[in-house]
Amino acid sequence: MSHHIVEAQDLSYTYPDGTPGIRGVSFRITHGESVAVVGSNGAGKSTLLLHLNGYRLPTRGTLRIGDYPLSKANLKAVRRTVGMVFQDPDDQLFMPTVFDDVAFGPLNLGLPPEEVEDVVMRALETVGVSHLKKRPPYRLSGGEKRSVAIATVLSMSPDILVMDEPTSGLDPRARRRLIELLKTFQHTKVIATHDLDMAVDLCERTIVLHEGAVTADGPTRELLQDQALLAESGLEKPLQMQHCPLCGNRSDNPKTRPPLAA
Amino acid sequence: MAKIDKHFFDLGYMDTLASQQTPIHRLDPRAKLITTLVFITMVVSFGKYEISALIPFFIYPVFLCAVGNVPPVYLLKKLILVSPFAVMIGIFNPLLDREILVRLGDMGVSGGWISFASILLRFVLTVGVALILIAVTGFYAVCAALEKLGTPSVFVVQLMFLYRYLFVLVGEASRLVRARSLRAIGNGGSGIKTYGSLVGHLLLRTMDRAQRIYLAMCCRGFDGKIRMLKPLKFGLPEIGFVCGWLGFFIAIRFYNIPALLGGAVTELFK
Repeated sequence: MSHHIVEAQDLSYTYPDGTPGIRGVSFRITHGESVAVVGSNGAGKSTLLLHLNGYRLPTRGTLRIGDYPLSKANLKAVRRTVGMVFQDPDDQLFMPTVFDDVAFGPLNLGLPPEEVEDVVMRALETVGVSHLKKRPPYRLSGGEKRSVAIATVLSMSPDILVMDEPTSGLDPRARRRLIELLKTFQHTKVIATHDLDMAVDLCERTIVLHEGAVTADGPTRELLQDQALLAESGLEKPLQMQHCPLCGNRSDNPKTRPPLAA
Repeated sequence: MAKIDKHFFDLGYMDTLASQQTPIHRLDPRAKLITTLVFITMVVSFGKYEISALIPFFIYPVFLCAVGNVPPVYLLKKLILVSPFAVMIGIFNPLLDREILVRLGDMGVSGGWISFASILLRFVLTVGVALILIAVTGFYAVCAALEKLGTPSVFVVQLMFLYRYLFVLVGEASRLVRARSLRAIGNGGSGIKTYGSLVGHLLLRTMDRAQRIYLAMCCRGFDGKIRMLKPLKFGLPEIGFVCGWLGFFIAIRFYNIPALLGGAVTELFK
């Protein structure tokens, strides 16, 4: 199934004021892969993500999303393929009620009204917030907003999920629940994040960006142990790969890891 | 700051009121909107010295409040909040128009005072009814009704977004104001210069957010039209509601019921 593929070749983007955003980025993400895009602030993560749904068009190089090369002509098809979850759910939830918000995409896709209701309820049930359907979005908690934002994207059944900092602003339990939820999704996932522990739990592959260029691309567990690479890219080892300050053991070692609370 | 926050929560209270289940809430929003628009037109169509003929019009808002379970005190507070506008319009009438129109015993009441009272009455009726309409229908349902009745969707979309992001804007503004007041010692940092930059920041942030929201909408296939799954049904109860009230409005518009009643009573005692 070729439509789950994201392929960038020598992708570059320079802002209108001359600031380089990303410089010659190449990668290929295949069907069902879960990829973390990590890097320090200003490394170009968000700029890269904005290319994946065609909000920015590359100044040089090419990007293929599924069956289509990214260009103005097939923006619609690309946006159909890619579901984008924004960092601030308030930007994404603009309709009067949760139900209307989740129904917004499917209705725009031209689904018949009687099907839309089913699709919306299924999306809300997947993220476990169907009880909120009549609530206005501004009355929800941060975790609830995030879940609804994900539902708004799921209801359009995209092939590729792109997320910008999905765990930011969540309390530890909501974060854990979100990670467990994302694990169950079969989509190709591209997740830009500073939460390296989430990257370890969720993504088998990581792309490290630094100053707009790819400095490493490979298995998450290997890359995030590479002290030199992390230091050079302005990052730190994920907490679970660091030694415990109390007992000196590493929490990712199954032999010494304390059992997780349910 | 406390004030901004307070009005913010007050605004949310309108939504709570609108989510009640009463016979009035269950009516199709178009029925309530049409009736209310006709009501407002009727009220403003009277001559400038009219007072007595306006009194029967209070029956409609009182009916909506009673059946729609809207607390009158809350409504009154909202009216007082916007009353300065109405007062400003009429405040000079008593000075400009000194001709005595009515005599109450020895005291003459000038035309200015009467037209001022008439303006205030109309203000209470029209603004009151508009507030009640939103409290028994909900802002978005009113928007949906506007669209169904043929208002260009650009306006309706604007209105919906205005309401949705009012909450975000107020939140952002109150955070800015709080940040300023926590670092302003004494009088320092509270001048016009600080406020200028504060408002400027708010504008820039708003523009950024508008960009992001538009992007989020485009990602989900926005093409200039907002589609909603809201089956509106204009059935018998709606027809009854609209026809009944319109009939009543026309009757009290063309017959001054209080004057007729007064005439009948004085006739009896003659």
